[in-house]
Amino acid sequence: MSAAPGLFAQHLASGDRLTDVSAWLAPGADLEDLAQRAREVTLQRFGRAVRLFAPLYVSNACLSSCTYCGFSKGLDVARRTLSVPEVAEEAGTLVDRGFRHLLLVSGEHRIEVSADYLVSCVEALRGLVPSISIETQTWSDDTYARLVDAGLEGVVHYQETYDRTRYAEVHVAGWKRDYDRRLASTERAAEAGVRRLGIGALLGLSADWRADVAAVAEHAVWLQRRYWRTEVTVALPRIKPSASGFQPLVPVSDADYVQALCALRLAAPEAGIVLSTREPAALRDGLVRIAVTHMSAGSSTEPGGYSHPGEAQEQFAVSDERTPAEVAAMLRAAGYDPVWKDAFALK
Amino acid sequence: MWEIAGRSFGSRLMVGTGKFRSHAVMRDALVASGSEIVTVALRRVDLTRPEDDILSFVPSSMTLLPNTSGAVDADEAVRLARLGRAATGADLVKLEVTPDPRTLAPDPIFTLRAAELLVADGFTVLPYCSADPVLCRHLEEAGCATVMPLGAWIGSNRGLRTRDAIEVIVSQASVPVVVDAGLGVPSDAAEAMEIGASAVLVNTAIAVASDPVAMARAFALATEAGRLGFEAGPGAVRDLAEASSPLTGFLS
Repeated sequence: MSAAPGLFAQHLASGDRLTDVSAWLAPGADLEDLAQRAREVTLQRFGRAVRLFAPLYVSNACLSSCTYCGFSKGLDVARRTLSVPEVAEEAGTLVDRGFRHLLLVSGEHRIEVSADYLVSCVEALRGLVPSISIETQTWSDDTYARLVDAGLEGVVHYQETYDRTRYAEVHVAGWKRDYDRRLASTERAAEAGVRRLGIGALLGLSADWRADVAAVAEHAVWLQRRYWRTEVTVALPRIKPSASGFQPLVPVSDADYVQALCALRLAAPEAGIVLSTREPAALRDGLVRIAVTHMSAGSSTEPGGYSHPGEAQEQFAVSDERTPAEVAAMLRAAGYDPVWKDAFALK
Repeated sequence: MWEIAGRSFGSRLMVGTGKFRSHAVMRDALVASGSEIVTVALRRVDLTRPEDDILSFVPSSMTLLPNTSGAVDADEAVRLARLGRAATGADLVKLEVTPDPRTLAPDPIFTLRAAELLVADGFTVLPYCSADPVLCRHLEEAGCATVMPLGAWIGSNRGLRTRDAIEVIVSQASVPVVVDAGLGVPSDAAEAMEIGASAVLVNTAIAVASDPVAMARAFALATEAGRLGFEAGPGAVRDLAEASSPLTGFLS
């Protein structure tokens, strides 16, 4: 049985729109002009500062089958779920490398990565790391409230694609198959008091990447209007090679990608824009000058990969393999302050 | 000279430390500003990494004013202020409670509540607040050492949009009025000083300028000029011309 459409799903269905990115996303738009405008907006709102974070993969166990993901159920890959002390060890390694903002990432496995497990992780890390976020399966009970109570700052749930038909094609089985459950989970997190919400789409998944960018922009602005206490970050990861063997439906060129991020920046000036190490160094360096405000660095997408690399399957191959210190040096050379700590312990 | 809770200061320009492209540029701009009071967000301070920490780039001659930026309610602000006091040993705190990340508008209700709690706990409280004359009265009665009404939305560089309210606040206040937030160019600082503010606080306008060091100096000069203009006692504004050499002067 599928969940009933949430508030944003109803808003999308209504046809009413808070944003219009069509001119910025039009083929043939003047990309340099867009980039200049996006840069102005980014500098005004965020200044010359980029917040650094690291993903901490706690598990690649998964009960959902998604055609594009290296963790998908049924793939014959080395699976591993870190114990809470192992999660703390990974966090310690990342703290030694400078990070004070961590994102705990997992596949979708409600037994191995249960609510109790996540609460224990947050409790174990909160004295060590002032900003803790999660990117896990969605939750429908009081889990978000329990996590907030434990000291959680942020929740990231990418919708991957806002196109219902395409969503159903690539999300074959498991809880993630339920489009409405997933889309409404961000609302549930906001209502539970989560103060940072991350949303996004996986470009290359749907044939119409422009429609997904427009939906992400609309979602960001809608969330900001409705949940006024909440900070919203957006991301547009592009599909990377993984154990799934999935090929993107349409290529999204670098120029398309820059245009997409410019449109997002102009449509949602207050939203943080996150760029991961999926993208190559040269592109990341360029985008930081235009629109990006949050970056990961030196990432491993394998559970345990910081302290004990090579023992489990990674989710996807990273492109930017520079160390955190090298990325920080790049930011400084570009005239930006690498912000390692911009948070305080909530509990 | 002017005073906050019995401490005297020469410069009437206070500066912030956010949004600079590097700690080194920030330090040079702080020096160029001639300021004696610098505010630092406690959420940016990391005492576990002293070599890289923002505090190590603040000249030691300056008075450190930790702020509670990021706090969304009174309890968080109080907790942050106490962490700041433990870290810096100072009882000064710039109280910021901003639950709305879009506007970063100060929350009048939680700001007043936090101010009462912090004053009771022995802090010298400088609250960032809405440009609201009644709220400023309440904050003063709660024992705040200053009031710090906003000139415009923080970081907006929109100038002294709240001028009418600031004039009222200045006319009634018995603590220093520091215009905080929104001042975008040096003439905005001069304008605030000309209408009688005790001081101004500037951050974004300096930090995001092409040349932050030169902009810091420009704000210092404008703040001083505005204050001198206020103290000099401006003439009245009239609707029409008034001859500077009256034709009937010979009669007296």
